[in-house]
Amino acid sequence: MSKIEMTVNGRKLSGECEDRTLLVNFIRDNLGLTGTHVGCDTSQCGACVIHMDGRAVKSCTLLAAQANGSTLTTIEGLADGTTLHAVQTAFHENHGLQCGFCTPGMIMASVDIINRHPGGLDEVTVRAELEGNICRCTGYHNIVKAVLDASKKMNKGKAKKAA
Amino acid sequence: MGIEGIGASVLRKEDRRFITGRGRYTDDMVVPGMKHAHFVRSPHAHAAITKIDTKKAMAMPGVIGVLTGKELKSDGIGNLICGWMIHSKDGTPMKMGAWSPLAVDTVRYVGDAVVVVVADTKQQARDAAEAVEITYKVKKAVVASVDALKPGVPQIHPEAAGNLIYDWEIGDAKAVEAAFASAAHITKMDIVNNRLVPNAMEPRAALGVYDAAEDHYTCWTTSQNPHLARLVMSAFYNVAPENKLRVIAPDVGGGFGSKIYIYPEEIVCLWASKKTGVPVKWNSDRTEAFLTDAHGRDHVTHAEMAFDKDNNIIAFKTDTIANLGAYMSLFSSVTPTYLHATLLSGQYNIPAIHCNMRAVYTNTAPVDAYRGAGRPEATYSVERMIETAARELGVSPAELRRQNFIRTFPHQTPVIFCYDAGDFEASLDMAMKAADYAGFPKRKAKAAKEGKLRGIGMSCYIEGCGIAPSAAVGSLGAGVGLWESAEVRVNAVGTVEILTGSHSHGQGHETTFAQLVSERFGLPGANVTVVHGDTDKVQMGMGTYGSRSGAVGMSAVVKALDKVEAKAKKIAAHLLEADEGDIVIENGELKVAGTDKKVPWFQMALSAYTAHNLPAGMEPGLKEGAFYDPSNFTFPAGCYICEVEVDPDTGVTEIIQFVASDDFGNVINPMIVEGQVHGGIAQGVGQAMLEGAHYDESGQLQTASFMDYTMPRAQDLPSYKISTTVTPSPSNPLGIKGCGEAGAIGSPPAVINAITDAIGNNNLTMPATPLAVWNALQAVK
Amino acid sequence: MYETNYHRASSVSDAVKLLKKSEDPKILAGGMTLIPTMKQRLASPSDLVDITRIADLSGIKVSGKTVTIGAATTHFDVATSEKLAKVCPALCSLASHIGDPHVRYRGTIGGSISNNDPAADYPSAMLALGATIITDKRTIPADKFFKGLFETALKEGEIVTAIEFTAPAKAAYSKFPNPASRYAMAGVFVVKDKDGVRVAVTGAGESGVFRHKGLEAALDKKFEAASVDAVKVDAKGLMSDMHATADYRAALIKVMAKRAVAAAA
Repeated sequence: MSKIEMTVNGRKLSGECEDRTLLVNFIRDNLGLTGTHVGCDTSQCGACVIHMDGRAVKSCTLLAAQANGSTLTTIEGLADGTTLHAVQTAFHENHGLQCGFCTPGMIMASVDIINRHPGGLDEVTVRAELEGNICRCTGYHNIVKAVLDASKKMNKGKAKKAA
Repeated sequence: MGIEGIGASVLRKEDRRFITGRGRYTDDMVVPGMKHAHFVRSPHAHAAITKIDTKKAMAMPGVIGVLTGKELKSDGIGNLICGWMIHSKDGTPMKMGAWSPLAVDTVRYVGDAVVVVVADTKQQARDAAEAVEITYKVKKAVVASVDALKPGVPQIHPEAAGNLIYDWEIGDAKAVEAAFASAAHITKMDIVNNRLVPNAMEPRAALGVYDAAEDHYTCWTTSQNPHLARLVMSAFYNVAPENKLRVIAPDVGGGFGSKIYIYPEEIVCLWASKKTGVPVKWNSDRTEAFLTDAHGRDHVTHAEMAFDKDNNIIAFKTDTIANLGAYMSLFSSVTPTYLHATLLSGQYNIPAIHCNMRAVYTNTAPVDAYRGAGRPEATYSVERMIETAARELGVSPAELRRQNFIRTFPHQTPVIFCYDAGDFEASLDMAMKAADYAGFPKRKAKAAKEGKLRGIGMSCYIEGCGIAPSAAVGSLGAGVGLWESAEVRVNAVGTVEILTGSHSHGQGHETTFAQLVSERFGLPGANVTVVHGDTDKVQMGMGTYGSRSGAVGMSAVVKALDKVEAKAKKIAAHLLEADEGDIVIENGELKVAGTDKKVPWFQMALSAYTAHNLPAGMEPGLKEGAFYDPSNFTFPAGCYICEVEVDPDTGVTEIIQFVASDDFGNVINPMIVEGQVHGGIAQGVGQAMLEGAHYDESGQLQTASFMDYTMPRAQDLPSYKISTTVTPSPSNPLGIKGCGEAGAIGSPPAVINAITDAIGNNNLTMPATPLAVWNALQAVK
Repeated sequence: MYETNYHRASSVSDAVKLLKKSEDPKILAGGMTLIPTMKQRLASPSDLVDITRIADLSGIKVSGKTVTIGAATTHFDVATSEKLAKVCPALCSLASHIGDPHVRYRGTIGGSISNNDPAADYPSAMLALGATIITDKRTIPADKFFKGLFETALKEGEIVTAIEFTAPAKAAYSKFPNPASRYAMAGVFVVKDKDGVRVAVTGAGESGVFRHKGLEAALDKKFEAASVDAVKVDAKGLMSDMHATADYRAALIKVMAKRAVAAAA
């Protein structure tokens, strides 16, 4: 058993769990933050993506103990109060979600993609960058649109021209 | 149309909870005292169980119960059943083998549930599951459908001699043979429709809660149809009578057919909850999902199409073996028969058609309806055949199709269906224009200069949606009616709740169903709430599958709205001292036409509930229900064109463009319809190029995770060019046809026709992976 | 996953101590392979020694042509290193195509080469670059380090601390990913330097990563893509599975070799 302390969505939290506990299970079961999902066992689908110390990671492929002392943001902590994050808004406005199950991971991954490309994004780059997130509903068309839209808004129109 | 009415791309009301992580899926549910189940599953494809010893497992930390199939049977829990009776051509009923929720003496596929362990934590349940000692006597397995019928192969169920479930036919064999005898050209092909795993992103889950004080059960489950689950679990599995069983399907993370069926796990969780005295939750991991979710497709077909000297199709015949897996899943029998063979006429005027269908058992996961269900298989056969025929005849594939199109409606096909509306040429022309079909040769030549092989392929699909009417499906063997129910509840202050038996698991019903109310009464969408997915809240329902929520579910809402409107007008007429016939409803007001007399909607609603001043004899309240049973299937149709470029060195295929032109009749919300088409095409492209469930000879599933089963990713797919034409459906009041499955139905043949065109080898089996395409290229080198 | 004991090492010597104390320990160096394997209950170490927070195990040093990369340096940091890109962009490019963005944030070069997955990317680079693997005890040339499927020259309790190589004149990596897992189905790392050409192949060999002498000889004569055409790549000894037959892998090796040479030249 380990005692885990971390800052999650701006709040200092602690809890105890077996060392084998995955971070995603700690988040869901111990912290009650069920927006982070588990869609596969092989770290491919990305439904579990959260931000750990500013980087998008798959919380199903980390032990909770590895995150001890870290600062986490989950989908529940992305909006500023009732004001949605630009990526959340873009997913809504571009119909970038259907069943919603992959959506939290998709949005957390997209925020990270946009952050890493301050000069803007094009479709080819977005599709390549989404390699670690699987969606079964949307065929990605509107997810790609949403990421491009959010990127444009977050980077004030610096969208790269498609090659 | 108002800004939130019919035809508007209203943004989804349900999005907010999903994009903020507040969706509530089954595995998110926590109830006091809840414990966790883990299933011990067969590692063998076919074996006799000779001994089960649970003692060691019972002694493991945290274990509350270790339960077997024998205990389940002795408590009277019934076998799983297939709910659609098919009769073989000799008149005998299909041969259904017994499927116990927990296997008793035989296991028939890898993943067959044998024992359930309930423990304090998920990990403890899994730890203890490893301590359950089961002794198996391993038998030989049958895996491929074509092997199942061979003499001397292992028998999977004593009820089904030779592993044959049914040998069924449709159409006029004699007329077909006569036409073939006179044919000027015959195209022949062997066609495989590859086995797929639906892979909704949310794995299945169930939470069973038995309340001993009330002798009542509650089941949270990942279901597309909670009412059907309640009905089947009550009527056939003896879990509890309907009045003692509440089924809740909360947010459900995609279904695509795989969550229609009632699986062993939800039955066992409910039973185990009573047995152990604690709420029992199970959720599937991805590999468990691969092993046990109902798979899709898996047809092997020989097809022949006959043409006269003017290239008119004069007959079509197919002979198919359908693999239903180890057990007959809930609707497995109907997918290869009435959902498949009835569409073998495609969009074409074919005077004679015959289909022979043999369904077989194998030692593989059960196979049932998956997005499209039978219609993708039919479309693939028809559209591969006609494209191939065009190549053989040396004519344009587009013009051969055009020449054979059905042009007058209604059109009675030789395989039951009567197409009621359509304009196939409109879709074809729209798609060809969008794809710049005429400019293809130039693009092909340019690609060739760059060392790439370019190909173009099309597919003109038609499907049957919103299975109906109930009396007709009943006569064909259905165990249930296929109506839908709705209730419209106008509250005292005028807000509206729509209760529907349809279930939304991504389709956006909370938005589109509300649009019907906005359209009708001019109320803002925010004042309308859609309630679904709970048998305690919504009285009756048949659920969502077969693209039926629009055509059938919404039509029930329309019927209920008709009744609400009539009563509202009566109340308004009374309040305004006007004639009921003069009342019009606009922008949330009930007005006397041609005057300035009006009463706001909320005031009319309040009057209905204060009942201080209602017409004489009128009951208080404003709440109406309706059942709707359509008069016919609906027939969405369209044309898809796919253009690909193949790298001859590696066999890698890139989709250069994908054009879809669909006729869904009237459209309620274009944004949502487009989303459905995108997703459907992605699954169709997945089937064509990426996905395939693969068992080895011993019946082990080789593609049991995303490491080996290729899920379409963003990089595998293009952006799609889509458009719609409209011929309203005459069989429902909204004139809508359904859009949920079209993409998955129409796209596979378009893709394969394009790739085979590019590589100059028509002998290519789905999925056309780089390896398969490279092999096909080597064969013609 | 079976229960295990997690330890966070503060230094290499601390890690060595922890490993010694434990019954059946494993080093946790990112865990992108180890954790999924443990989740499937295919590995059950009694103890995990997390080395990713040891400060001096991470980082990239370039001095002249000598490149040193700490074992706990993530794929992301390798992919985005400007220093490294100046002397050996091929390695940045290789790292930028491992797994997906989330995996690249966590996976480490030391973890990848210690695991020696036959479909991993890094082993081919190490072999082709003639890198030296530095452990807490010794240095091991790459040619002697990779010993077959998931096997290396590492002894029990030995920890890779860094890898070192001399930046070559020309290098490139070309990979054909498995359509499902995105691991290499055939990945070819080509290096041309004053000592000649080295070609290492991953994802294809039945015994893991290997150098292809035939390709090296042909490219030594003339370093251009066309030189690959005449080389026979034997399907014997190559893996065959449902995603790729040995023949297909043999063909892919040639195509990837040509593309790598074209990119490097």
